[in-house]
Amino acid sequence: MDFSMNGTERMDTKTNILEIRNLHAGVEGKQILKGVDLTLRAGEVHAIMGPNGSGKSTLSQILAGRDGYEVTEGQVLYLGKDLLEMDPEERAREGVFLAFQYPVEIPGVNTTYFLKAAANEVRKHAGQPELDAMEFLALVKEKMKILHLPEDFLKRSVNDGFSGGEKKRNEIFQMAVLEPRLAVLDETDSGLDIDALKVVAAGVNKLRRPENAQLVITHYQRLLNYIVPDFVHVLSEGRIARSGGKELALELEARGYEWVTGTELQPA
Amino acid sequence: MIEGLVRTEYKYGFVTDVEADAAPPGLNEGIIQFISAKKQEPDWLLEWRLKAYRHWTTMKEPHWPHLKYPAVDFQDMVYYSAPRRKTDGPKSLEEVDPKLLETYEKLGIPLRERERLAGVAVDAVFDSVSVATTFKDTLAAKGVIFCSFSEAVREHPDLVRKYLGMVVPYTDNFYAALNSAVFSDGSFCFIPKGVRCPMELSTYFRINAANTGQFERTLIVAEEGAHVSYLEGCTAPMRDENQLHAAVVELIALDQAEIKYSTVQNWYPGDAEGRGGIYNFVTKRGLCRGKQSKISWTQVETGSAITWKYPSVILQGEDSVGEFYSVALTNNRQQADTGTKMVHIGKNTRSTIISKGISAGKGQNSYRGLVKIQKSATNARNFSQCDSLLIGNKCGAHTFPYIEVKNTTASVEHEATTSKIGEDQIFYCNSRGISTQDAVNMIVNGFCKEVFKELPMEFAVEAQKLLGVSLEGSVG
Repeated sequence: MDFSMNGTERMDTKTNILEIRNLHAGVEGKQILKGVDLTLRAGEVHAIMGPNGSGKSTLSQILAGRDGYEVTEGQVLYLGKDLLEMDPEERAREGVFLAFQYPVEIPGVNTTYFLKAAANEVRKHAGQPELDAMEFLALVKEKMKILHLPEDFLKRSVNDGFSGGEKKRNEIFQMAVLEPRLAVLDETDSGLDIDALKVVAAGVNKLRRPENAQLVITHYQRLLNYIVPDFVHVLSEGRIARSGGKELALELEARGYEWVTGTELQPA
Repeated sequence: MIEGLVRTEYKYGFVTDVEADAAPPGLNEGIIQFISAKKQEPDWLLEWRLKAYRHWTTMKEPHWPHLKYPAVDFQDMVYYSAPRRKTDGPKSLEEVDPKLLETYEKLGIPLRERERLAGVAVDAVFDSVSVATTFKDTLAAKGVIFCSFSEAVREHPDLVRKYLGMVVPYTDNFYAALNSAVFSDGSFCFIPKGVRCPMELSTYFRINAANTGQFERTLIVAEEGAHVSYLEGCTAPMRDENQLHAAVVELIALDQAEIKYSTVQNWYPGDAEGRGGIYNFVTKRGLCRGKQSKISWTQVETGSAITWKYPSVILQGEDSVGEFYSVALTNNRQQADTGTKMVHIGKNTRSTIISKGISAGKGQNSYRGLVKIQKSATNARNFSQCDSLLIGNKCGAHTFPYIEVKNTTASVEHEATTSKIGEDQIFYCNSRGISTQDAVNMIVNGFCKEVFKELPMEFAVEAQKLLGVSLEGSVG
């Protein structure tokens, strides 16, 4: 049985990075996701679009393992393993990364120190030797160039006093350092001006690999001019109401979400 | 009842009964004579103890701190017992509380060292004898005196007599008076004029320091231009059966002298329900007596059920400097009321207060500080920063800053913040592969950074580990 409801032909046998099957979930007893099906394969970039309240953020939070969300039905497999069984830190060590919509400030914790701890957790988990301070710094300097970050960035506390743009760049910078198999970008474009958006999108594009997958969650089509997805899905009232190629985003932009929400009951 | 005891004349013949190992419970002049005789002290010291005792009987236990604990029955305590004999301790590590051993393990304390800390009866005092001898030679060559208080009374009575009680008179407060009457032993440290002490002095090296007991007395004197860094305590928890501790520490810095006093206090905090644990009532005070002298207190407090402690500096000499850097952590049902007093008397005196309070579990943490600028203290300056960090919803942080300024040229700044380790911060760390415990440690260490950097290097590393161990299980 084919669980991918993407409406796209799949002839090859690329690795399934993420398989979401009939996911029902909610928060505080309120049902938000009502049967989401989605498969991401290696090398693919998928975009999820949708109006406010459609369940986009709920989906990203559930993938990252945030407390308080209750999965009532369905399954999420990451590289064939039950993702929902894993603690958030385990998911991260296995290669799942969430770029936060609202990155959290951690005063007093140095950015380099934080990132080194994170990178070494991933390495330890993979059975690789941990990086010492010098090795890590060399790696980080390389990655900083991708995001055009200033040197003093590393000396600052994690997101503490950062502007909105700096916070978002920091998310993608962390993604560059941690090199996840699956990156979920939650409204990475929100609060960014066009220049910052270009830098962030360019960063994301540079991190695209044949063996990785990216899930880009956004309200607006604008971001998808810069991060060009292979597939676009429209989430509406807790379900994927429509799927298509990158042109779907443009169509959506032109016709508005009502166009999709009106057709939500038809299987995509 | 106390009045009755006050009038009790000494008539029990304790003095002659020198073979006795312990005094009976309770406190009266007879007991004090007994203690003094046991230690073969000179008359002046016995007199001093008796005066302290008489004064103590007129005082009331303070109830102003933000602390709750059952009343202490001072007449139910034993005020003197001979140093513990080897046979009293556990015979091997197997007899020691596994929880304690687990902590040693986590702190990475060497096996033999664990035995010493746990009070295991070890026949030969390994290594430490030779270590002690080597360092004594080095110090003696510079003229530095570093010995137990009892030894100082015997060997350097004039110095002790000159400085004892100069900073903390026995009339100072209830616990200081009690300590002055019954102090058992402690450390004495004297750095002569112009000498920079060639090593960090640590109670750790002083043989038998571990058992100086509940009424410890420390006196450190730095003469003109002398420098010393003193480390008190140890990051490993000690086996200790005394519930009440009332120590006194006095520091005296003459012209251009500098004393840096660092403490890591990790006594038994009681269990999660608040049973057991040590009551720690300490009077610590430094006197910057000379011009351009400097006294700096750095403390990391993670132990004890109750902490009542205000390391202070009296800035008497012109251009003298006082500093206080503190991390106080309360977890489970621990309570701490701690802070400092900076008393500016001399011109151009400066003080800095950095206090970091961490409350977790049902812990209650209070900062209480006094900055006092006297009329004579022209151009005095103070900067105070008191930050509180809360972990969880059942703990508390309180700040009681007192500022008294009597000279209009003074500048006093006070900053305070309260923050909480949020679930979103923890989740953010988790989502980067960092476990909840590591995330808490990381945030706490970040919070304490300004204080840790004041600690000697090795101590700082241990203090970080210690905070980690003390906070285990405080989240999630």
